[in-house]
Amino acid sequence: MSGPGGRFDVLVEVSLREGVSDPQGATIERSLPALDVTGVTGVRVGKAIRFTMEAVDEGDARSRAEDLCRRFLSNPVIEDARVEVLRA
Amino acid sequence: MTARIGVVMFPGSNCEHDVAEAVEDLGASAELVWHKALALPSVDAVVLPGGFAHGDALRPGAIARFSAVMGAVRRFADDGGPVVGICNGFQVLTEAGMLPGALQKNAGLRFLCATVELRVETTASVLTSEAVVGQILRVPINHFEGSYTCSPDQLDELDRGDRVLLRYVDNPNGSVGRIAGIRNEAGNVVGLMPHPERATNQLLGSTDGAVLLRSLVRAATRLRPAGSRPA
Repeated sequence: MSGPGGRFDVLVEVSLREGVSDPQGATIERSLPALDVTGVTGVRVGKAIRFTMEAVDEGDARSRAEDLCRRFLSNPVIEDARVEVLRA
Repeated sequence: MTARIGVVMFPGSNCEHDVAEAVEDLGASAELVWHKALALPSVDAVVLPGGFAHGDALRPGAIARFSAVMGAVRRFADDGGPVVGICNGFQVLTEAGMLPGALQKNAGLRFLCATVELRVETTASVLTSEAVVGQILRVPINHFEGSYTCSPDQLDELDRGDRVLLRYVDNPNGSVGRIAGIRNEAGNVVGLMPHPERATNQLLGSTDGAVLLRSLVRAATRLRPAGSRPA
């Protein structure tokens, strides 16, 4: 797209904060020996949320996506959110 | 004067009629309030009932907190009106920032449906004023995301402020501090995971929830915010 603005693909990764227990991650980790998998630790389960967003530029897309994370997509009490932005 | 209890219905709520019947048995009248209502009807207390508002999409309570009615519920609470969130209603209140902390998946990842023992920790709330500190209540729980969690600072604040109402005797879901229910600073906004409305009749196996709802009905009569009723 030429000129100012455009569409951006956004990927948000929401994960439980460090220190918050993750029973799903722990269950997965405990099941690994049954598959003869060794040496895998620190399993944490989160969720990925994808969307496209109209924005002035990449920085604008990022800051608006981060605001959306704080207000809605994550619960900052127990979750962190990481935002990735790519031009669509 | 009969206390009027508003019970909010979100799409996916499923305990609103249980709450309505339970408070009516205790002498109050109940009025169901649709989540799109911009204002509350003339009520003296509000209950956000259990269920799966908006299908628990994203997180339990994450979408319900944006419902139109929540603006009115917040104003009602700010005016000192009693507001109680039960189970999913508790999740809504934490998501709305009206109570601290969050409810996450149970430790052990099991959906828990059982009658548990709760210890009354304070009578300084709209839900426990008629109970006795140390009293043990047998009340059902019915949840998957009921593990109360908060920061160490928030936990300290809850403890020091006498804001934990109820603790599990045997912590079934891994809640920090065995917390089953908390209140805001003023004591008029309360959230708890157990379902007192399901323990108000011997046919249901326990009547121990009645003391909690009776406290609410009394508080509704006592604390009704000025202007909440037509003159």
